[in-house]
Amino acid sequence: MTLAPQPPAAVSARGWGWRHASRKAWAVDGLDLEIDPGERVLLLGASGAGKSTLMHALAGVIGGDDEGEQKGELLVSGQRATSARGIAGLVLQDPDSQVILARVGDDVAFGCENLGVPRDEIWRRVAQSLDEVGLDLPLDHPTSALSGGQKQRLALAGVLAMRPGLILLDEPTANLDPEGVAEVRDAVARVAESTGATLVVIEHRVEVWRDIVDRVVVLAPGGGVLADGDPRRVLRDRGAELSASGVWIPEFPPRFTQRRVASSGGRLLDAAGLGIARVRGSRIADGLDIGLDEGRAVAIVGPNGAGKSTLALTLAGLLRPDAGAVSATPALAGPLKSVSPISWRSKDLLTRIGTVFQDPEHQFLSSTVRDELSVGPRALELGDVEVDARVDELLERLRLDHLALANPFTLSGGEKRRLSVATVLATRPKLLVLDEPTFGQDSRTWSELVSLLAGLLDQGQSIVAVTHDADFVAALADDEVRLA
Amino acid sequence: MSILTPTAGPQAIYRINPVAKLATAFLLGFALILTIDWLSAATALVLESVLLVWAGLSVRQFLLRTIPVWIAAPTAGLTTLLYGQPLGQTYVEFGLIHVTDGSISLAIATALRVLAIGLPAIVLFVTIDPTDLADGLAQVWHLPSRFVLGALAGLRLVGLFLDDWRSLELARRARGVGDRGRIRRLLSQAFALLVLSIRRGSKLATAMEARGFGGDTPRTWARESLFGWREIALIAIGAAIAAIAIAVAVVFGTWNFIVG
Repeated sequence: MTLAPQPPAAVSARGWGWRHASRKAWAVDGLDLEIDPGERVLLLGASGAGKSTLMHALAGVIGGDDEGEQKGELLVSGQRATSARGIAGLVLQDPDSQVILARVGDDVAFGCENLGVPRDEIWRRVAQSLDEVGLDLPLDHPTSALSGGQKQRLALAGVLAMRPGLILLDEPTANLDPEGVAEVRDAVARVAESTGATLVVIEHRVEVWRDIVDRVVVLAPGGGVLADGDPRRVLRDRGAELSASGVWIPEFPPRFTQRRVASSGGRLLDAAGLGIARVRGSRIADGLDIGLDEGRAVAIVGPNGAGKSTLALTLAGLLRPDAGAVSATPALAGPLKSVSPISWRSKDLLTRIGTVFQDPEHQFLSSTVRDELSVGPRALELGDVEVDARVDELLERLRLDHLALANPFTLSGGEKRRLSVATVLATRPKLLVLDEPTFGQDSRTWSELVSLLAGLLDQGQSIVAVTHDADFVAALADDEVRLA
Repeated sequence: MSILTPTAGPQAIYRINPVAKLATAFLLGFALILTIDWLSAATALVLESVLLVWAGLSVRQFLLRTIPVWIAAPTAGLTTLLYGQPLGQTYVEFGLIHVTDGSISLAIATALRVLAIGLPAIVLFVTIDPTDLADGLAQVWHLPSRFVLGALAGLRLVGLFLDDWRSLELARRARGVGDRGRIRRLLSQAFALLVLSIRRGSKLATAMEARGFGGDTPRTWARESLFGWREIALIAIGAAIAAIAIAVAVVFGTWNFIVG
């Protein structure tokens, strides 16, 4: 039954709802939606509207009765979606957590094996699927050596090889650089054309998918469908509203507070003849000269693997220069004896250089948002009153006050990003180092971040940001350091 | 990650089913821990060293990979020499340290034994590809495929954990808590890594499920795990070495049964 290629699948939701076992509110409620076989749908909605929940349910990976409660009916090709394995194939957001096996061919074959496809047929499908997604690699090529875009295309090939009637893509390009985004988008377009399978895509960035899909469905946060129909019409009629809820629409760019002060202050940090290495001895880049001034923003740009993050972490006093030197001026070092940030104590960094990591989860230390924000101020041994004042101010400024007692790990992507920035602001560092601050963020979080950083620059703080995001560079950066 | 990309080459050893290598290494190890005497270990070592030529490793690779054994063997020998059970003539005595006839022969036997068990085990294991091993365990030994494939997929996360660990370390310094006591910091960092690894693990599980893993359909295997004359020959060679080593020790009267 699962052996033969699935015909394009219809999706039918009637009063469907899902509630996670640990939550009071329904993630999706009262959803009525009909998708015809072969339709290509872009699914939009504010974060928290239950898009991912719907995708997981359609793919049959939402879990059993112990993981949540279901109501109404959700059918794929006329079968209950939660038990219909092999009809739908799902590609997820994070490239790293979708690679299953060590070799390219084996990874693509994995799904077929699980469906009980005979061996000869498996390898025929593997070759065909890799070809369709444009991955021209030997079958024994190590999956660990793939770029993000290649990993996502590999995941797509793995899904294709299962010959699904419904292809589900849950933010497949959110974690990719612009090159990777184009690779994946083109592969999906080819696949949709050649297989005729029904396609459902979730993505914040509308311009990537608008030419491929033939229908846009907007989910309402409370449950149900907000808008549905031809992409051009929906985006025109609902564009402003969607844009305000975080969807990127080229005609409705996010609004943000512009920088007011363009002048710069004194020098804070100098890097001369800098060589950088993540691990001692394996140098990635060499001979870098960079100066950071008060009130100015420097963007570090360049392709993946060029050493952008390594450079940022080296400037931030977290990695030791492999050659040359990073030296702070008296304006930044203050009374410290050493001018080299890597030799400062961890505590000394707090008021001087604050670093926001690419993955916010790496820097969380506490079990509540409130405690998380007070880690820095407490390490500075500020009094309780001062700590509370700073924490309260940041909670409000970054719209985290309703989450003060939540566990940082349970927050949404945008909330995690805001929290990770707030934890650094709590100790008021003169220099702020940000690694891909806008990666994977919706337009609402984006404009909040950009407005916040513009305000900090106006106050004379200095910013270094690693980024792929051209809009971010245009909005904030005074200088650009390009690594090749 | 080196564990996921084992050394590869054209030699026969790379084509032998990993479960046969596993069986051979265990067989040799088991035979050699039944007794502690220098002769059985030396015999096994001499016979094995002839076979190492076909092991598929260059001299440099061999030495690099087996460094742990070359360190462990004399260390174990030295410890036995100094603290082993005193017997016969005493040469040195200093506190708890006794170097005697008995401890000398025991030391030689121990060092040789570590080499005789460790060298072939490492040589056999470095040529094992984890994917092939999983295929063998599931298809030849019929271990549950859910367990075997789950472990195999999880192995891939080890490389990510190393990156996570480095980032966690840097992030702690950036957050102002990097000056704390080393042990306390390591503990909290280890806990953070545990949290991250569980999250990564559950994401991976979802990705596997999305590809039909864990369903009721009987699984097929894209790669056939073969067990033929090559595999039987390897195990037979291992068994022969073990048998000769034991026989020689028994004939020349050096055999001492440990359990007895």
